[in-house]
Amino acid sequence: MGRGLREPDHSKELRTRHTGPTSSQRDRGAALYLAISGAFPAAVARRGGARRHPFTSLAPPTGAPLTRLAIKKRASGSDAGHPRPSRTGRGAWRPRSKAAERGARAGASSAAMEKARPLWDNPLQFVFACISYAVGLGNVWRFPYLCQMYGGGSFLVPYLIMLIVEGMPLLYLELAVGQRMRQGSIGAWRTISPYLSGVGVASVVVSFFLSMYYNVINAWGFWYLFHSFQDPLPWSVCPLNGNRTGYDEECEAASSTQYFWYRKTLNISPSIQENGVVQWEPALCLILAWLLVYLCILRGTESTGKVVYFTASLPYCVLFIYLIRGLTLHGATNGLAYMFTPKMEQLANPKAWINAATQIFFSLGLGFGSLIAFASYNEPSNNCQKHAIIVSLINSSTSIFASIVTFSIYGFKATFNYETCLNKVILLLTNSFDLEDGFVTASNLEQVKGYLASAYPSKYSEVFLQMKNCSLESELSTAVQGTGLAFIVYSEAIKNMEVSQLWSVLYFFMLLMLGMGSMLGNTAAILTPLTDSKVISSRLPKEAISGLLCLVSCAIGMVFTMESGNYWFDIFNDYAATLSLLLIVLVETLAVCYLYGLRRFESDLKAMTGRTLNWYWKIMWAGVSPLLIISLFVFYLSDYILSEALQYQAWDASQGQLVTKNYPPHALAVIGLLVASSIMCIPLVALGMFIMRRLRRADTASVA
Amino acid sequence: MEGAENAFKVRLSIRTALGDKAYAWDTNEEYLFKAMVAFSMRKVANREKTEISHVLLCNVTQRVSFWFVVTDPSEKHTLPAVEVQEAIRMNRNRINNAFFLNDQTLEFLKIPSTLIPPTDPPVPIWIIIFGVIFCIVIVAIILLILSGIRQRRRKDKGPSEVDDTEDKCENTITIENGIPCDPLDTKGGHVNDAFMTEDERLTPL
Repeated sequence: MGRGLREPDHSKELRTRHTGPTSSQRDRGAALYLAISGAFPAAVARRGGARRHPFTSLAPPTGAPLTRLAIKKRASGSDAGHPRPSRTGRGAWRPRSKAAERGARAGASSAAMEKARPLWDNPLQFVFACISYAVGLGNVWRFPYLCQMYGGGSFLVPYLIMLIVEGMPLLYLELAVGQRMRQGSIGAWRTISPYLSGVGVASVVVSFFLSMYYNVINAWGFWYLFHSFQDPLPWSVCPLNGNRTGYDEECEAASSTQYFWYRKTLNISPSIQENGVVQWEPALCLILAWLLVYLCILRGTESTGKVVYFTASLPYCVLFIYLIRGLTLHGATNGLAYMFTPKMEQLANPKAWINAATQIFFSLGLGFGSLIAFASYNEPSNNCQKHAIIVSLINSSTSIFASIVTFSIYGFKATFNYETCLNKVILLLTNSFDLEDGFVTASNLEQVKGYLASAYPSKYSEVFLQMKNCSLESELSTAVQGTGLAFIVYSEAIKNMEVSQLWSVLYFFMLLMLGMGSMLGNTAAILTPLTDSKVISSRLPKEAISGLLCLVSCAIGMVFTMESGNYWFDIFNDYAATLSLLLIVLVETLAVCYLYGLRRFESDLKAMTGRTLNWYWKIMWAGVSPLLIISLFVFYLSDYILSEALQYQAWDASQGQLVTKNYPPHALAVIGLLVASSIMCIPLVALGMFIMRRLRRADTASVA
Repeated sequence: MEGAENAFKVRLSIRTALGDKAYAWDTNEEYLFKAMVAFSMRKVANREKTEISHVLLCNVTQRVSFWFVVTDPSEKHTLPAVEVQEAIRMNRNRINNAFFLNDQTLEFLKIPSTLIPPTDPPVPIWIIIFGVIFCIVIVAIILLILSGIRQRRRKDKGPSEVDDTEDKCENTITIENGIPCDPLDTKGGHVNDAFMTEDERLTPL
């Protein structure tokens, strides 16, 4: 190569934009450098390529982690032949000859980490992974509901404020921690403070609960997807009763879509006490869902990185197609007008603000450890501030975009139901009074009613009792969220469209992509700490660890395919993650700001990425966000304590609707266990560490 | 006749069914209706001699709805409702088609129509699709696992070979993936090309 010789400028190898360091800063810099760059000694050795910074892309083309370097070192200043023990952080940094320096560093790093840490192929994969994880089913089925309940267009005001005040800072914090510590959640928090590894453990526990029940939604998505290839769609017609003179009673009482969901898909039992047996059809779909997840996480970031290209982008294609379809549906404008007319008085309702904060919090998936895991596979110089802003903005705009689609579909469905109701009334009047067929239309209905009331008062009063009051407003105001929205309301709207099979396939395919993307993040949150830990990863290969995780989760997930499975699903959905996450993120923020030190973290970030931390982030991390989380936490806790009994919705087959029941004691015990098992990790692990240290100190004291 | 024991009320919704192509209900259509009822009765055992004149219609309204009854001329009474019901049910399809209507638009009150059950294919379709996707996923998993095992075996062999060659070298060599980086090293420091200015690039070796 023979380019102009340069003084060995080690600061350049650390950071191209690093201004000349003082010796103490150099020590810290070197310590940081060793700590974070231990993973890729080859990057240190390789000359700078076309990129602007020395840490060029490291993902080797074949996908195998970098081979361990076999380095022969010179005699001076280095051990002959075998790797130096880990020197992360300790030991002075002194300038040595280039080769020995390189060798020593490489030796240290190769001792510190057996294999190079796998990385994303390019920053785009990281962004896509975060988007694919954050944009999930909640954007589609929870945000439109909140929008509808809390004032339509005016809900956007608290939502956007909370995004800027709470969402972006916390997201940036998690990404920065992951990128800085370059380990999964347990390792990252242990690095910050050994007493805090409980936070990481709590994250893993919550992620484990989430992955157990979340994949059941994918199983249901598969079930509907496979059933979409029939003509007519199975949820559009009721099955016949025994002697074929009418339809099945449950289906008559409810609607065909509800019947298909509650009877054919779930085969739901009347209450949570009656467990029933495992239904083989949803069980098969669950196994398939877990196999697909296993396929995607099998090879770690290499395979995940490719999959997220699809899981992040395909839902947008489908949403766009649906937007066009939705806006051209008859009656869509009714729904959109209803949604977007702002009801300003809702701004004064504290529940609107609380729900906005909650939605931002959970929609971004903070506290599970997935974001830390994803960011740990980043290069240290990655600009995670930019990525945090991008991801949170995309997440929120997807919510708004999805709610436009949802509301045009709502409008269509409400208008369709309203017109059907009107037609029934017209038919009733026509038949009762033997009027000419087609005489009564929607437009002259009121006049005709008036005329009939005056002309045949007695008969009219009889008929009046049977007439239903049709109202478009009441149809629009039925707000649904969750699985009810996704699998009942949407499928009802789809069955009334033309070429309904195509729309159905597209829609459930999109749901699957969204669900799979979130599952990848969840499993990454669990697997990254496991593969980081030497104990486990030295015994088992990565494929076996992921396989075991999928197997265990699938086996436990079979509970949700039983007849009472949907009730247990609701328990997990409502209680497994809510309180625990708030506490976890609170402890995280306080730990980084006050335990680790905001200044120290700031200088770490500056050393890592070369950018100074904006004052805005500092204020948010240190003050505003923790206060917000504390207030949310207090609110939810008081809500749980003040409500007398926890209740759930059970399906009554005879009436064909949901009824409210109280949870039995064993269900309450499970709820308590769920919440406690993740929260208790934090103090228990801290206590355990404390005791261990005491014992060790006692040992060394007794030895000395 | 309205409400008589063996009389049935019929209700037609022609405009709902046909829209613009709706035909007007007149006496000729009534004649056709009587003919269809007579035809249905003739298919019943013992009633092969039913004539169109035996079918009586009355109370035709604007709706269009009317009552009809089938009489037996020899015995001067109306045929029992059960027989008429049976006959109409058997031939419901023919009657509907004669008027371009269906079960919902040509209603015989008190005569329930037999509903067509949805066709059930021998193997449910969803299982077929499920099987296809299941097999694809399993094959993909096996392929990935096998290729991972093969790579690991190759990698394990790699460093041991490199170790031997390394012992012979005096210079420090960095190896990456089995390829020596030696030719890439400069004599002196590592230089990041991105920071080269144009002049230096043109400096001869």
